[in-house]
Amino acid sequence: MAETKTVRFVITRQDQPESAPYTEEFELAYRPNMNVISALMEIRRNPVNVKGEQTTPITWDMNCLEEVCGACSMVINGKPRQSCTALVDQLEQPIRLEPMRTFPIVRDLQVDRSRMFDSLKKVKAWIPIDGTYNLGPGPRMPERKRQWAYELSKCMTCGVCLEACPNVNSNSDFIGAAPLSQVRLFNAHPTGEMNKAERLNAIMGEGGLADCGNSQNCVQSCPKGIPLTTSIAALNRDTTLQSFRNFFGSDQV
Amino acid sequence: MAGNREFAYRRLHSLLGVIPVGLFLIQHLVVNSFATRGEASFNNASNFMGGLPARIWLEIFIIYLPLLYHAVYGIYIAFTAKNNVGRYGFFRNWMFMLQRLTGIITLIFVVWHVWETRVQAAFGAHVDFNMMESILSSPFMLWFYIIGVISTTFHFSNGLWSFAVSWGITISPKSQRISTYVTLVVFVVLSVVGVRAILAFV
Repeated sequence: MAETKTVRFVITRQDQPESAPYTEEFELAYRPNMNVISALMEIRRNPVNVKGEQTTPITWDMNCLEEVCGACSMVINGKPRQSCTALVDQLEQPIRLEPMRTFPIVRDLQVDRSRMFDSLKKVKAWIPIDGTYNLGPGPRMPERKRQWAYELSKCMTCGVCLEACPNVNSNSDFIGAAPLSQVRLFNAHPTGEMNKAERLNAIMGEGGLADCGNSQNCVQSCPKGIPLTTSIAALNRDTTLQSFRNFFGSDQV
Repeated sequence: MAGNREFAYRRLHSLLGVIPVGLFLIQHLVVNSFATRGEASFNNASNFMGGLPARIWLEIFIIYLPLLYHAVYGIYIAFTAKNNVGRYGFFRNWMFMLQRLTGIITLIFVVWHVWETRVQAAFGAHVDFNMMESILSSPFMLWFYIIGVISTTFHFSNGLWSFAVSWGITISPKSQRISTYVTLVVFVVLSVVGVRAILAFV
């Protein structure tokens, strides 16, 4: 009888945030329609490495399993992407899994993406509508614009654009493409527009828009196909005008 | 506008690279190409430029200060990047890396070039056709100048592309693609002008 088909994984592991990374290999029996997550679950069920040694199960993040939450992002065969949509049949073997090192590593493939959520707070990526009384319905948005904005709203804060960016690293405070594009999304909203200047001033601060070096890796890597570099260039225009307003003053409030 | 300085510094860096440093580069390469019309023609042009009224102030405010700022801040920018063309071999990522690399090469070249010509002129040497001819008679210096000039024209042309993005002039992917072609033509034309002038001294 022919040998049973197997899948080989080379996984970069790290026991603690500060400890040294190492790789461990695993070999699993092939099943049809496997993805990286189901393989990791299989390893978790029976954590034995390729040498036959008992080891600890691998730690990774996951949630929605349908590429809308962004939690399961990791570097798969050198490319940052979501492990839920990484189908084993479409990957070259051995499949190499690494954490996204742009972020602090919690353990194994699990990273701490808090900086992205902090950036969203910093750039005020929301529409303030809370008050002490009912303000009534907001202005309407044209359908064409809604459809356009929907593309920008697909961002799941997965961190792939930050991982791919040469300017997001330990030498710089650059917040990366994702939160910048959110500024464009909320500035485009008829109600969100009321706080446009606040958001633009936020991204004109430290680690903001100016740190972009136009390598455009973000737009090439975004799993949701968000026009990130178009957002950045559009914000460049907006901040140019905003900086004139800040410096010279303006008759617009 | 506290905390706003990085934005202003970076925009100033982008602006100075084109105006006045980029414009000076074009003017310099054009004046150099008088060399292709012979020694007398070059010396004439060189003497004209050297004899401009208030030349030292023109040099300080149009060349030295903007160039110095662009160079110093550029080194900072170059070394805050962690290049990753190995992993992400996209065209623009290569341009990103080359922009930083040619920036450093150009800086080394320009420092050497200023030392060899302007600083020596301050010590009493006369900047003319013969000076360039003797510098470029060494094959090493010839290649150094060719590489230096091509690196400079690349840095300027690709810098024009990112200038257009950084100031929000080209936003859509199509406009950025068109400006890629336009700046490519600028690169080829300026490189031809620059290298032809160098070869005229050989």
